[in-house]
Amino acid sequence: MRELIFYLLIIGAGTGGELCVSRAMKAVGEVKDFRPAALIGVAVRALRVSWMWVGLTLMGTAFFALLAVLSMENVSLVVPVTALSYAAGALGGKFFLGEQVTRRRWTGVLLVCVGVALVIMGRR
Amino acid sequence: MKSSATLHLKTYLLILLMVIFGPLGNVLLGKGMKRIGAASIGTPAEALDLLSRVLTSGTIWLGIGSLITFFVAYMLVLSWADYSYVQPASSVAYAMVALLAHFMLREAVTPLRWMGVLVICLGVLVVGHTPPRTTEPT
Repeated sequence: MRELIFYLLIIGAGTGGELCVSRAMKAVGEVKDFRPAALIGVAVRALRVSWMWVGLTLMGTAFFALLAVLSMENVSLVVPVTALSYAAGALGGKFFLGEQVTRRRWTGVLLVCVGVALVIMGRR
Repeated sequence: MKSSATLHLKTYLLILLMVIFGPLGNVLLGKGMKRIGAASIGTPAEALDLLSRVLTSGTIWLGIGSLITFFVAYMLVLSWADYSYVQPASSVAYAMVALLAHFMLREAVTPLRWMGVLVICLGVLVVGHTPPRTTEPT
């Protein structure tokens, strides 16, 4: 039960955080210069986008939930289960970021979900 | 106008970094947390004690370092590629996690679980054949 709450936090806050961060990075624009000074500039610009802060807070929450679950369960179970965020990610990409998720991508996401189910069933 | 070949190469390189350092980070965190023991956060004092044990663990910090490397690569790639493209593409990492957990942490991975991991990778392959960007640059 307690683990379920942590999993929901990892998936919910994690995916929500990544979506916010993705939205912030799109606002920053495509990174073309990979020299350290330019990358620091990118980081500074990214931190001026408020979506970045929302995203980082959510991802921090997910991180501590991950630590909690990892103290109770094996990595080879925990990490695949968090892949359930794929469905959440595709839905969020479509409705929050306005990305077009093709039928092919949906098929891939569905396969990933089937794989996650098998991983859970493979529990000893 | 950037050629799509360059865009793909840049994307794949950063995804490779993500696939190495993301799983390594998770496995190191798992190793560190296993050593610390099951989280008990019933009272604020317990939570503080747990936090201090987490923050003084070298293994945890190695894991955090790996995850930061992963995160930086992830951020960079997200500046041009779709989230719903990058997220599934990076899930090759799930196979890496299973392999690392098995060989580094000696976790027992059942055949059914390996099959699940393979199906996840198959899903990744399907997703990898879709265009990296569907929204117009703004």
